[in-house]
Parts: sequence; structure tokens; C-alpha cells
Amino acid sequence: MAAPKGRFARSLDTLDLADLSARAYTDADVDRALAAEHRDLADLGALLSPAGAARLEDIARAARETTLRRFGRAVRLYAPLYVSNACLSSCTYCGFAKDLPIARRTLTVDEVEREAALLTDRGFRHLLLVAGEHRVEVSQDYLVEVVERLRPRVPSLSIETQTWSDDTYQRLVRAGLEGVVHYQETYDRDRYAQTHVAGWKRDYDRRLNSTELAGEAGVRRLGIGALLGLAADWRADVLAVAAHAAFLVKTYWRTEVTVSLPRIKPSASGYQPLVPVSDAEYVQALSALRLFEPEAGIVLSTREPAALRDGLVRIAVTTMSAGSSTEPGGYSAPGEATEQFSISDERSPAEVAAMLEAAGYEPVWKDAFPLVG
Amino acid sequence: MDPAGEADPFVVAGTRLTSRLLVGTGKFAAHSVMREAVLASGTNLVTVALRRVDLDRLGDGDILDFVPAGVRLLPNTSGAVDAAEAVRLARLGRAGTGTDWVKLEVTPDPRTLAPDPVETLRAAELLVADGFTVLPYCSADPVLCRRLEEAGCATVMPLGAWIGSNRGLRTRDAIESIVAQAGVPVVVDAGLGVPSDAAEAMEVGADAVLVNTAIAVARDPVAMARAFALATEAGRLGFLAGRGAVAGATAAEASSPLTDFLGGLTGPGRLAAASRGGDA
Repeated sequence: MAAPKGRFARSLDTLDLADLSARAYTDADVDRALAAEHRDLADLGALLSPAGAARLEDIARAARETTLRRFGRAVRLYAPLYVSNACLSSCTYCGFAKDLPIARRTLTVDEVEREAALLTDRGFRHLLLVAGEHRVEVSQDYLVEVVERLRPRVPSLSIETQTWSDDTYQRLVRAGLEGVVHYQETYDRDRYAQTHVAGWKRDYDRRLNSTELAGEAGVRRLGIGALLGLAADWRADVLAVAAHAAFLVKTYWRTEVTVSLPRIKPSASGYQPLVPVSDAEYVQALSALRLFEPEAGIVLSTREPAALRDGLVRIAVTTMSAGSSTEPGGYSAPGEATEQFSISDERSPAEVAAMLEAAGYEPVWKDAFPLVG
Repeated sequence: MDPAGEADPFVVAGTRLTSRLLVGTGKFAAHSVMREAVLASGTNLVTVALRRVDLDRLGDGDILDFVPAGVRLLPNTSGAVDAAEAVRLARLGRAGTGTDWVKLEVTPDPRTLAPDPVETLRAAELLVADGFTVLPYCSADPVLCRRLEEAGCATVMPLGAWIGSNRGLRTRDAIESIVAQAGVPVVVDAGLGVPSDAAEAMEVGADAVLVNTAIAVARDPVAMARAFALATEAGRLGFLAGRGAVAGATAAEASSPLTDFLGGLTGPGRLAAASRGGDA
């Protein structure tokens, strides 16, 4: 049985995203959006529009000023730690999809600890635990045990896994978990159904509502996002992410909200994006998102190439991964399991930190304190 | 000039501070820039977020390694969302840094970073009881400032505007009331965007100001640190000098005395004559 609609899902029903995305915005609309002190979704629509594209430099400049004022010249660094690529869901774009003949592996808690030790040796104090969707191999008990084991040496732990029930989020928070990341991938229900063909993740409303369950459980940081290239109208998905972020900010006022707009990358799935999002459009999307939600952390992974990441740090991005491996165990023994997708920025953490310093930004390795213990 | 404040000492919890400008260490492009800015500011009290301190890295490029010698450290509990967290963090900080001074920050709303008055007061009471010297970041609320003072805080640190907003002294009226009543130093913290904002806060009688973002994100943080130092001192001198009365908009009109007519009222007869009208 499909999950009932959550609060944001009902609020989303009242928005005409297709209209906000495709309206004939003019240069005057872009001017108004740039000048506004508080921006609404129509302002965001204007910034994302073709009229906005013609003003990309102005939008990027405004985004840079906003980012600098709120976040200063500092960029937070984190590393993903893939604990498992076992998966019972079938998503057409993902290299871990259930039926793909790939080398599967789930790390033991000891193995997770060894991977974490390598990452802390490289300087990381913020780790994101990532897993496919396999509730037997990556159970709630397993995750709680991992969080408890890593907590003494890792001040900031987040998860990007399947969605859970409210009591599991509560257990994880009590264990010291700081953040929960659930990307909706696309907010377009039809496209979601076409691309999430089987498994736990197939239920659109369960997935969307899980961020609210995590918020109610008192998770300190909520990460949301859309996978650009999945739906034909990327602007509508950016608008939906923005509306979702605004909803979460208002509802869970103690919670920091981060947003991310990964673009589809090559993987074992062989999936090709429906409509590719160009680099210029990508910069436009992240800049516009920054102007709509000035206080949201914007996260950028190593999916994107080095030159683009270096540019976006100066405009909108506040949190980056570096030196990432997307296969479980990939830091200590690369090549034994299959990666989720291939990364683009292959620089080491030290090289990314050096880039930030050269660009006039401080690489922030630690910006957290242990929540428990 | 009296740059060290010999004639006008600034004392916090029995400790003489030589500058009325306190500086925050976040948001700088590099620790080395922060260090230069701190030196240029002439401050001898800097605040460092404990969440940014990595004790495993002390001596190896940690932020604390860049605090100049001779500058007193004021660890802060930024990131704490309630009293329990702030107290736990303050104790970790005391164990790690060896100072029992703490800038108490309880900011559950990550957007405005507005201080939670209820949890701040609660945490202040717990920390004072535990032997800390507590400098609380707080709302610009005269009653809350009295309560924090009664709780034993060493200063009160009401905000000028939201942290990082650079919007200036938006709380001027409240700050004036707080200054008028306070028995501990009043440090205006947060929101001061340009040196003249610091001067304004000092002119209305604040004992000191704390500045971070405005310096850290300036194009030239070192020059801006120096500018804030001068403005803070100028504002203090202006306050001590005692300003003249402000000319109001009706000054010209009021230049001939309004009560001149009193001299003409010499007796009841005259009044009686006047009351009869002009036919006498």
C-alpha cells in the first residue's frame, strides 16, 4: 500500500511548477528578482528562466555576495563513506540497481571503522555514510552500531541510505547522528514512477515524507536534492527543491537545511539523461537557489569536474566532498566492489584544500562537535 | 591619546583588557589572514568557535595555533542549540583550552542565529555555578540583560543586528536602555557592518564591541580590522567627551523665548484690564 501524502507533498500539490518554470519571464522580472530582499518562487522562476540565462553574470555576482556574507570565505569539506552497494530497489539511472550484475559488498562494522580511520587520517571530520537500499544487509541496528562506533573519532556523521520509520531516526539521533540526506531525485510524480521501477524507493510519498520524519526526530541537518537530468524540466525540479527547502526551514526551525543538485553521471546502469543540463545552466541553477534560500548550505560532490567545482565555490557552494570513492571499501581496497557512479574531480583531499586556499577560501575540516558522549 | 586605556580601563571579571574591540575568528579566507587581522585590530580578546577547534591538530595548523601570543582566548559555544549542549561544549572547551572564560552562544535557529533567551539564561546559571566566567551573547532585551547580570555573568553581549548581517546598530534604543542600567560591561556583539557602526555603539555608551564578519569578509580584512579599532576608540572618546545637545528641527523658531510674556504680567489690574478687552 502506498504511503499517505505528507505535509510537504500536500503543499506541493498546490503549486503549479510547470507554470512557474515555463512562464515567459522578461528581463524586468529578472531585475526585480535580483533587487528583491526576500524572493518568492516566481522570482526564482525568473532567475532560472532563459531571460535569467542572459543575465548569468549578474545572478552569479549577487549569489557570490550572498554566500560570502552568510558563510564567509570558508568551505566545509566532507567525505562519503560507502558502507554497502547491496540494493533491493531498481532505479533506472543507478549503478547499484538490484538487477545489475555488479560486485556487491557490505562492509562489516570493523571495516567501516577502518575506512573511517583512513578518512580521518586525510583530515576529514565530517563523514556521510552511504548505502544502497537493503534493509537486511544495512539494517537500522547496523547503522546505529556504525554511528556509535565512529562517534568518538568523527564529530559529524550523516547518512544517505534508504528511508526509515520515525523510531529509527530517533534511535539514530540518540546514537549521535547529525544529518540525514534523502534526495527526492525528481519531484515529478510521473517521471519518478518511470525511473523508480521496483523496491522500497518506488513509493514517492514515503520517500518525500521521510525527510519530515527525520526532522521530527530532531535530526540536526536535513539534506535534500534533485538529480538533474532525470526529468525533462530541470527548472521545475529546482523550483520544487527550493519550495521543499523553504518548507523544511519553516517547519523544523532548529534544523539546518542543505540542498544539492547532482547531475546524472555515467554508471553501470548505462542511463542517459533525458535532457542534459549544460554547465552554464548548472551554474544558473545553483546561483538562483542561493539567492532564493540565502542561508541554505549548498553541497557539491566530486561528480562535477574540477574546473566547474573551483568556479562554483566562488559563487554558491559551501560544502564539498573531496577525494571520494563511491564503492564500499574503496578507500582501503579500491576495485573490489563496483562503484555507484564515476567521479569527475579526482584530486586528493589535500589538492582540493590547496585549491581552496589559493582561491582565498579556508578549507574547513571540522565544524561540529560530538552530539552525544 | 590613550590607546591602552590607562585613564579609562576596560575591565572584565577583574581582568584589564587593553582594547575595547573584541574580534571573532570565523569566516576568514585563511587562519593566517585572521591572525594578521587580529594583530591589526589591537584586540587582546578573541573568540573562537569550539566547534572549529580540533584538539588532535593543535600545533599542526589548528585555528588555535593562529591566535597571536598575548591575546586572550574566549572560546564560544556556537552551534549549541540548548543549555545542556552549551554546558557540555563549554566543559569540553575548558578541558581543551585551559581557560574558564566562555562566550555563551545558544542559537537554535540556524538561519538568524538569534540567541535563545530562555536557554541562554539557563546555561548561564549552570556555567556560573560551575566556575566559568560567562560572557553571554543575547538579545538586546533590557530585562534579559538584568537577569543575566543577576545570574553572575561577567558581561552582557546584546546583538546590534543578526549575526553576519552587517546591518549595523539596529537595536540602538534597546542598547541605550541596557547601557543605562547595566552593572557589568555591555559589549555590542553581532551585526556591526562598518566602522561607523562600531563608533555609534560606543557613542551610545557600550563598553566594547565584538566584530567578526565585517572584518573577515572585507576585501582587505587587515585594513578593516584597523579601521574598526580606530572607530571603536573614537566612539569611546566621543562618549567620554560628552556630546552637546542636539539641535532640533524647530530650533530657529524657538530662538525668541516663549516665556517672555511672563515679565509683563505685573499685577492683577493688568490682567483684569486685559480681560475687559481694548475698550479701557
